[in-house]
Amino acid sequence: MKTPLSAWDKVQISRNVQRPRTLDYIRILCDDFFELHGDRRFADDAAIVGGVGRMMGQSVVIIGHQKGRDTRENMRRNFGMPKPEGYRKAMRLFYHAEKFALPVICLIDTPGADPSMESETRGQGNAIAENILVMAQLRTPLVSLVIGEGGSGGALAIGVTDRILMLEHSVYSVAAPEASAAILWRDASKAADAAKTMRITAQDLHEMAIVDEVIPEPEGGAHHTPEATVRLAGERLMHHIEHLSTLPMQVLLDQRYQKYRVIGAFTQAATPQHGHGDTLSFL
Amino acid sequence: MKELFRRAPKAFTPGEQTPTPDTPDNMWVKCPACGDLTYIKQLRDNLKVCRCGHHMRLSAMEWQGLFDQGSFIEMDGTITPLDPLKFVSPKDNYAQKLRESQHATGLYDAMIGGSASIMGQALQVTITEFEFIGGSMGSVFGEKIARAAERAYELNVPLLTINASGGARMHEGVISLMQLPKVNLALARLGSIGMPHISLMTDPCYGGVLASYASVADIIIAEPGARIGFAGRRVIEQTIRQKLPANFQSAEFMLEHGMIDMVVARTELRSTLARLFKLYTNHSMPATPIPADV
Repeated sequence: MKTPLSAWDKVQISRNVQRPRTLDYIRILCDDFFELHGDRRFADDAAIVGGVGRMMGQSVVIIGHQKGRDTRENMRRNFGMPKPEGYRKAMRLFYHAEKFALPVICLIDTPGADPSMESETRGQGNAIAENILVMAQLRTPLVSLVIGEGGSGGALAIGVTDRILMLEHSVYSVAAPEASAAILWRDASKAADAAKTMRITAQDLHEMAIVDEVIPEPEGGAHHTPEATVRLAGERLMHHIEHLSTLPMQVLLDQRYQKYRVIGAFTQAATPQHGHGDTLSFL
Repeated sequence: MKELFRRAPKAFTPGEQTPTPDTPDNMWVKCPACGDLTYIKQLRDNLKVCRCGHHMRLSAMEWQGLFDQGSFIEMDGTITPLDPLKFVSPKDNYAQKLRESQHATGLYDAMIGGSASIMGQALQVTITEFEFIGGSMGSVFGEKIARAAERAYELNVPLLTINASGGARMHEGVISLMQLPKVNLALARLGSIGMPHISLMTDPCYGGVLASYASVADIIIAEPGARIGFAGRRVIEQTIRQKLPANFQSAEFMLEHGMIDMVVARTELRSTLARLFKLYTNHSMPATPIPADV
């Protein structure tokens, strides 16, 4: 019998260095694949990989965060934290997929968007916001799978999809647990508390109806049987793509609108709010 | 057109409400930038802009004076937040935090939405209240923007968002994060009928707000000195382990780096908005809407 894992255990598993990453999924699932590079504006960001490939006989565009397995690769890939050029490469590939009527698979595995001076000066917030806007209206099916860490806007920038799937031991959060603890309690060492309190596991998010399907992993995590886990995930991704591909375009877009439109927890009070203080007079 | 020129000092006309006890009439306000003391009445007459040029933060209530007199009608004023995660930690309790903020501001959450006009141009508007948990973006915030954008779409009028926010509301977890696509989807729909969204960034605009509606507006106006960014200054300094330039992430810095359209002084704001909206809504030719599916 499995011992129940805590949210923090799952955070650790989701970050395990041996856990299958985007390029492992591509290697195992695609019988042909070309990586496409660069945003055509500034650079090629190795924290996001993307390209066109064939999965189970279907040509698809695959976009995913890519972490490294050693220090050198992690430096090159910036620990899977994309800069604006990474998101703009993804945007280019979204339009590419739409142009050639290819479904899109997004594999999410990032601690968050790169927080640096260079990313800020090149418009990190705008790059994420534009991607959200583009995905919202893209005229082709989109399916995402959280394979490791789903960290904040950095994850969402390739995650506004018709279906959101998560691996059993992956996590998805409004900010990485360390960052959440720092914001909430000014103490990053309380990350385990934040992970628990903020309900970031696949099971929590499935319960809250934000995630559509949870894909089981072997005991201890996907890295124990990477090949089998990735193949199962691939089958589930293609299952959703096949279904979404049968929908008329307007139905697909309307359903996508509704999927996100209904997310929110609020109620109605008996009386309207009335703010304290006076208005200023600009007249 | 008189408003194009710098306003002459004028007597302050009180709003409908009586002043709150913590702002008595004899109060002097210290400018956080230059340290000068200014008499509150004079400061309010100058729209809370200090002699040194520092733009002090306005409450959502104060911002309502930007619109034509009596034109603001609040909508969705009964929407109240829930505590979907049952967020309780040794240091923090969301339900209690909500109650305290509601008591302090008189608002149910950090957002006011409604209809208004500026020099006769009908608009839908949203205004954030920074004093409510840092103007953070949770379910109510997202819902009110989405509704304002949807009303603007239905009524065929522009949308003005007045923003001051530290980012997503941590206490609602991924539900807060998912407000980003929710509001952007509604804005995309508004864009499809050729109606503009103008985003006014006041100090500060960070995180989720910048990674969604505020930075994909058709026109982005910032107030002088407003701090604007995705990641906070402290986070970046910790990451790169060096001091950032003083003007980093200021409105002027963002203008220089191509992230916003203009920096407009508060005293010029009303006339600027009026002129802009007029350009986008007074077509000599019938507007050619972009198909919704583009």
